[in-house]
Amino acid sequence: MINFNTRENKKKQFFLSLIPFIALIFIYVFASQMRHAKNPTDKLLPTISEVTQGFKQSAFISDTNGDLKLEIDTIASFKRIGFSMLFILFGVIIGLYMGAITFFDNLFYKFFLFFDKIPALAVLPILFITTGIGEVTKVTLIVVGVAPTIILDTYLRVKAVPQEQIIKAMTLNANRSEIIFRIILPKIFPNILDTIRLNFKAIILFLIAGESLAATVGLGYRIFLVQRYLAMNIIIPYVLWISLFAFLFDWFIRFWINNKFKWFNKEQ
Amino acid sequence: MEKDYILKLKNVYQKYEDKDFILNNININVSLGEFVTIIGTTGAGKSTLLRIILGAENPYKGQIIMEGVEIKRPNRNIGIVFQKYSLFENRTVMENVALGLYLEHFNLLQSFINYFYKSKRNTEFTKKAEEYLVKVGLIEHANKYPYQLSGGMKQRVAIAQTMIMEPKILLMDEPFGSLDIGTREEMQIFLLEQWKKNKQTVIFVTHDLEEALFLGTRIMVLSPFYIGNDNEGSKIVKDIPIDWPHPRSTKVKHTKEFNVLMESVRHEGLDPQFKQNIKEFDLSHIDSIKNLV
Repeated sequence: MINFNTRENKKKQFFLSLIPFIALIFIYVFASQMRHAKNPTDKLLPTISEVTQGFKQSAFISDTNGDLKLEIDTIASFKRIGFSMLFILFGVIIGLYMGAITFFDNLFYKFFLFFDKIPALAVLPILFITTGIGEVTKVTLIVVGVAPTIILDTYLRVKAVPQEQIIKAMTLNANRSEIIFRIILPKIFPNILDTIRLNFKAIILFLIAGESLAATVGLGYRIFLVQRYLAMNIIIPYVLWISLFAFLFDWFIRFWINNKFKWFNKEQ
Repeated sequence: MEKDYILKLKNVYQKYEDKDFILNNININVSLGEFVTIIGTTGAGKSTLLRIILGAENPYKGQIIMEGVEIKRPNRNIGIVFQKYSLFENRTVMENVALGLYLEHFNLLQSFINYFYKSKRNTEFTKKAEEYLVKVGLIEHANKYPYQLSGGMKQRVAIAQTMIMEPKILLMDEPFGSLDIGTREEMQIFLLEQWKKNKQTVIFVTHDLEEALFLGTRIMVLSPFYIGNDNEGSKIVKDIPIDWPHPRSTKVKHTKEFNVLMESVRHEGLDPQFKQNIKEFDLSHIDSIKNLV
């Protein structure tokens, strides 16, 4: 039935939303059992117990250096994401100034519009050549891949602020910085959070791409390392682990927006 | 001797790039304490004129002078209430009303150094905002967000937000345009009460003739319909002092004089068929403000 004049039934909604997950698990278990019935040493679709074992091995059993692989990989990847976020936040400031001040608009808009069209993965070899295979390359890859989109989105959000409100702020004696940081930024802040939320998947994507090519530790590095041994029992928990973080990040931002900015997306 | 006016518009023209003129040689003198209503058909350039007075738009030609100083950009001496977007939706009613005070006195360094001073001042600002919320009858809604208010309530908050800055001139751009008839009349009475209390100069733009006549001490008709008009933009085709006494009741709308005047303005100012010869605008009429004093 088309979404029209329907009453929400939370329980029904919840159970309906579970069905695809249950179906996926069921199909996986079924396919895995089928393959193991034919070949008990099959690596392509490990059983649930093998996946659990793989997760335990990565998370709770120290390697020869005494490290817990999942822990050090997670910390390394998070550091990279953290550093990238700092640059992305700097990009938000650029977007704010571009949207609010004509000089910066003229100076940067076309540049970032062009920059946004460059496929970040295509510049990866250039990054390797110019900045080496260290941390800088991986952080740069994420920033190059995501920052222009966030800058342009912030720019458009600022442009969408009604002129009336800017004029109103001027009549309330606001100077340029106050208009940017006390009028525009608080108003579009939930939008910026939402943009970062929607781009988090791209951030993870570029992180994994960077780590898969040049790293000695990290979630992406580990997945591609064990791929050589067809260690699906490690890859699957890692993929689920990454997805869990992406999901939690998404949920946290949505929770933050819904609870802290109750006015957001409400009609004036 | 030339009278001291709070606001003078001298030979103001407006056009955008290669397009036709929107405003053609507008000359207006406004005295202190006047309630000027500007009426015109849709597209006559009323809002453009208001934006020029505010300094939000530069005229193609001409000058806008307030107390001897040319207006180049919006400033705290001229407040404005728009039909929409006057309020900041991310701030509560209280925060919206007090916003101007915070912006005017904001000093980052001082607020860090002297926390006590800041908090004391915050209390002062809050108190003043509360006073204005009492004035507009919305003190019990102080912690609500704009989306939780009705259209009339929002406009009351917008008026309080503007009034708290005590601007010398209050501009209003069809502020009651989106309200229902009942709320609109209620807001008209409310606005007249505030105007009488604060003795402010008000320039009120509307396309509602009845509203313009009811509110103003002087009504100006901005119209593109006049002899010699060939996409030359709108002119002030009528400037009429309205001397009905204040406080006004909505009953005045049902009087014969009101309806006769309304019909005359409608016919001679707003009817595209009626075209009159507009000479250089005559500013020698007796300012309606004299009737109030």
